[in-house]
Amino acid sequence: MQKYSFFKLLQHSLSHHKNWQAAWRNPAPAAEYDVVIVGGGGHGLASAYYLAKVHGVKRIAVIEKGWLGGGNTGRNTTVIRSNYLRDDSARLYEHSLKLWEGLSQELNYNVMFSQRGLINLAHSHHEMSTLLQRHYAMIENGIESEVLNMQQLQKWLPNANLTGSARYPVTGGIVQRRGGTARHDAVAWGYARGADALGVDIIQQCEVQDLIVTNNEIKGVETTKGTIRADKVLLCAAGHSGHLTKMAGLDLPMVSVPLQALVSEPMKPCMNTIINDSTVHAYISQSDKGELVIGASNDQYLSYSQRGSWEVNEETLQAILELYPVFSRVKMMRHWAGIVDITPDRSPLMGLTDVKGLYLDGGWGTGGFKATPGAGHLMADTVANDKANPLVKPFGLDRFTSGRLVDEGAASGVH
Amino acid sequence: MLLIDCPYCGAREEHEFHYGGQAHIIRPEDPDQIDDKDWATYLYFRKNTLGLQAERWQHNFGCGQWFNALRCTQTHEFKAVYKMGEAAPEGIK
Repeated sequence: MQKYSFFKLLQHSLSHHKNWQAAWRNPAPAAEYDVVIVGGGGHGLASAYYLAKVHGVKRIAVIEKGWLGGGNTGRNTTVIRSNYLRDDSARLYEHSLKLWEGLSQELNYNVMFSQRGLINLAHSHHEMSTLLQRHYAMIENGIESEVLNMQQLQKWLPNANLTGSARYPVTGGIVQRRGGTARHDAVAWGYARGADALGVDIIQQCEVQDLIVTNNEIKGVETTKGTIRADKVLLCAAGHSGHLTKMAGLDLPMVSVPLQALVSEPMKPCMNTIINDSTVHAYISQSDKGELVIGASNDQYLSYSQRGSWEVNEETLQAILELYPVFSRVKMMRHWAGIVDITPDRSPLMGLTDVKGLYLDGGWGTGGFKATPGAGHLMADTVANDKANPLVKPFGLDRFTSGRLVDEGAASGVH
Repeated sequence: MLLIDCPYCGAREEHEFHYGGQAHIIRPEDPDQIDDKDWATYLYFRKNTLGLQAERWQHNFGCGQWFNALRCTQTHEFKAVYKMGEAAPEGIK
């Protein structure tokens, strides 16, 4: 792998940047691998990277039916945070956030991680109480959080309507300063480049058509590019996880729904933080390009169609205009949907399955992007040792039988 | 925006309706007699069908009635609607 540096940039500028090495190879699949990962988004690529780097697994393939990062990795609103209520979630997401903080250096790839702070707003005494419960839970778990009064909020959000004239006036908020955003494509590409350099085969335009299971053990996958044998298969397919596990005869506790998002035309910088407002449902930040990046709600019905949805977007924009009347003339540029896999308790499904050698990393619902490095790191450990990592263990499928759910309905931020 | 054919009122816009998830889930007759796994299956595990799915809808800002529908989860096309208590019409693809 050619290392990226200022010196290299200078050197390549002399040849008009025409001789940069391709960031990853484009190999044909081999007949057999030690580990096959289904899904070439952030989670799949990160898992491959850490399996090769930390656990020294030699023969790994990542199979992607479309292109790298073309699913939810390229469709989310790039918010990164660890402001969760339950201890198990706090540990999981904080593990991930810590990896984000060194990720650009680790991958030698600028993922544009920007810790601009994430503010949760409250509109009533009761909502503020709920936020305070989360605030204190975070502090107990060693994650910093600050309460913001109206004067402080005014400084953070100078353009917002905090005067009390709104239909649902803002009453306060909390902020996680270490929360932020990153460039989603760069995360997929950075991990792909890193994994490829460690010998991982990344196979795009290759769809898994069946899982080969004999005597309740996974033996490989049937794909559009032929049969690929492997004794370990990790599914990182988000909304399509359930479709895949069905091939091995397993149903999952999840439903797949479209989550809507949209961006505005680019503008000069006017918002230097991220706002998450559950009551009116506004989830908004400004990208480095200047677009307002808006996370809307999900459609109410099960769907595998990645279509935008007019009425969901309209509702979200109405809410944002309540908070930001100054945006009333901003034009929206693009809107789209990603298929998210929502679980009953809004926590992920991670770990081993009833089929030996088949591992699952799914059920991330509306918040998988922030967990990309953490999930990859922990799933690599789980797959390499065939044993759920202690941080992964609470998120196993068995929690639905034992009743030990990890309820994150409030912290998931989207409803 | 979907146009949904309520069997009682006719075609109405999507936001008059409330989605009720997978249809024809039967509550176990005697919950005390089944193990935790079967109870979890009843409570949480869903078919999550890619393709044609039987599902429940409620016309909550209209007549208020619940009904069933056969809908394709890839194209969103409603292939049939039928009343609660009826079996799904056969032969629809």
